[in-house]
This record gives sequence, C-alpha cells and structure tokens, in this order.
Amino acid sequence: MIKFALIKLLLMDDKIFQEKIDKDRKIEPKDWMPEKYRSHLIRQISQHAHSEIIGMQPEGQWISRAPSLRSKMILLAKVQDEAGHGLYLYSACETLGISRDQLISQLHSGAAKYSSIFNYPTLSWADMGAIGWLVDGAAIVNQVSLQRTSYGPYSRGMIKICKEESFHQRQGYEIMAELAKGTKEQKDMAQDALNRFWWPSIMMFGPHDADSPRSGNAMKWKIKRQTNDELRQSFIDKTVGQAEVIGLKIPDPDLKWNEKRGHYDFGEIDWEEFWNVVNGNGPCNKERLDHHINAHQEGEWVREAARAYANKQIKN
Amino acid sequence: MKETTNVWEVFIQSKNGLAHKHAGNVHADDKEMALQNARDLYTRRNEGSCIWVVKSTDIVSSESEDSESFFDPANDKLYRHPTFYNLPEGAKHI
Ligand SMILES: [Fe+2]
Ligand SMILES: [Fe+2]
Repeated sequence: MIKFALIKLLLMDDKIFQEKIDKDRKIEPKDWMPEKYRSHLIRQISQHAHSEIIGMQPEGQWISRAPSLRSKMILLAKVQDEAGHGLYLYSACETLGISRDQLISQLHSGAAKYSSIFNYPTLSWADMGAIGWLVDGAAIVNQVSLQRTSYGPYSRGMIKICKEESFHQRQGYEIMAELAKGTKEQKDMAQDALNRFWWPSIMMFGPHDADSPRSGNAMKWKIKRQTNDELRQSFIDKTVGQAEVIGLKIPDPDLKWNEKRGHYDFGEIDWEEFWNVVNGNGPCNKERLDHHINAHQEGEWVREAARAYANKQIKN
Repeated sequence: MKETTNVWEVFIQSKNGLAHKHAGNVHADDKEMALQNARDLYTRRNEGSCIWVVKSTDIVSSESEDSESFFDPANDKLYRHPTFYNLPEGAKHI
C-alpha cells in the first residue's frame, strides 16, 4: 500500500511539473523535477560550458599574432568573454547538484563532450574572421532560442550571454569583409577560411531531427525550444546574404533559394565526418584536451596557495 | 582544513543611488578574491559602480513550493494598494 501511494505521489509530481512547463513557467533549482530532466540539463549545460572554455584555444593562439593593436585588443576581449560564458554556464549547471570539480573531471575523462567545431585548427588570420562570423553566428542562433529554455538559471545565463555575443559575430564579419576587399592573396585567404569552416559550422546544430533520439523529451520539457533542423535552416538563411555582400562564395553547389519553402535548400552534410570528430578523431581533439588538462594541473599550486591563505585568515 | 572553494553570490549596483541587484555567483577562497573575480566576471562592460559578495551558504531562502502559504498574509489586503480607493470625480493630484 505504501509503495502504491509513493508511486501515485511521484505521478502527481510529474503531472504538476509538466503543467508548469506547459504554462511556460520556469523551473528553479529547488523545484521538484524528473531525474531525466535534471540529467539531460546537466549533460547539455556542461557540454555548452566546456565548449565556451575549449573554444578559447583556437582563437587564443592568434592573440599574439594579430595584425594590429586594434585587432589584438578586440580578440583578447572576445576570448575573455568566452571565459566568462563558460563560468556563467558552470554556475547554472552547479545549481543542479553537480560540483565544478566533477564537471571538470568529466571533461578530462571524456565523459562530457564539447562542440566539435573547436577540434578544427586555425591556420590563418582569416580563421579569426570565419570563427567570429560563422561559429559565433551559429552559436547565437542556438543561444537566442535557448533564452526561452524552461530551466531558470540556464535561461538567465543565455540572456546574459546573448547580450555579449553580438560584438563577437560583428568583429569576425568585419575581418572577413576587410580581407575580401583586400589584395588577391587576402581575398583567397578569406575564401579558404570560409571553405574550411562552412560545413563544420552547420554541423554545430547536431544531427537531423529524425536521427536525434533525445530531442523528443528536450522539446516536451522545453529545454530546447526549436529543433536542430529549424535552427540550422535559420542560420543558413541569415548567412547566405552576408556572404554575398562581401563577395565570398559559400562552398555548397546545391545551395539555392526555394521560393516555395521560403528558405534556402542546401547540400547533404557529411555525417561520417561529423561522427568521426565527435568520437575523438578530429584534427585537434587530443591537442585541445591535453592543453586543458595541462593548464588545470599546472594551476593546482595556485589553487592550493589560495586555499592555504584563506585557511590562515580564518585561524587568525 | 577547508578543501573546496567557496561560492559567493554577487550583487551589483549599476549606478550610484540604485539598489544592488543579484548578478550571479563566483568561486573564490576568500573575500578579496571573490570581489576581484566578481569584477572580472560581471563588470567587463562598466555594469557596476559597487559590488557586494556574500557567501552562498549564508543566504536564507524561502521555499518556492510553499510560497503560497508563506505569502498568503498579503493576499486579502487589497486596501494596501492605491487603486483600492474610490475617489470623487474631479479630484486631482492625489
Ligand atoms: Fe560564447
Ligand atoms: Fe562568442
């Protein structure tokens, strides 16, 4: 009898929870939530946080090689913002009952993932343009949609992040526009960066809806507000015109306006490459993770000293 | 010995004369470090003129589940609002 009552109680909780979601009420850390909602959020938010942090590496490599003081200051500020985004997201994730240490060790063990886009190398200055314009551009489309996510702390983090992102995309597009109207070598460099980053950028939205098994719950619980394919389409529709304005060509022969759909049609994505990079075999997976692990280990003495200093102050 | 880093809630006053508002939190071992981390994380664009940091464990919160009974003393006191009162036609500046 007691067991039966318990199950009934849980079903009630579940019903109240879903009613709240359906009414677009936010779920807060102390509210009851299904375990699967919690674990889905931990996976998604931590992956998002790790992406911001690992994402500093490909751009960080160009800070000391920026072609002017202006571009150097801008890139530095941009990378610093990404560190901030990582921290906002770790904070949001911690409200779900997981510690920062656990999150970092999941990243290091490979149990938690980060966006595959950061496993591609940055070969020229134009890549700073392509990343800001396309990678931040794609991230913005996703993050704008996530401002309406059902989990309060995640939603508030997204709102803060979106406010800061708008300069990121513009600084990247400015770099591309400058190069595209420069010498032939500069224009070629910009086109080459676009060629390399286009497909990985549109893969950032993840598998097609039909092949994305977890999407169902995420939509029902309003963790996600739009599907992978909807977000990808909206990014492509926005970006095609921007490429035309600066005279660069998107490397997709099948890309064309579809009057009937009111959207651009585009070519088939190479999913084999996508899964290959997700599963650790991209050009820079090992380098990115090793770098993070080393930096974390080398910083241990600083954390230890800070703790010792704090403990000493408590005693005095 | 304390082993994990403290979490501090951050409150920012955006302009002189306004109230401090919750902005988020930071990890730090002591209060100076908490203030500096809060400055670096939450005021990169001149968002603040003053920052408070408070250890998260020192904050007491009401439970959102029992918010109804907790707040119901205020439910039946509409007369605390100016719109409750009937004013004669033509009365001004009141
Ligand atoms: Fe970001
Ligand atoms: Fe960004």
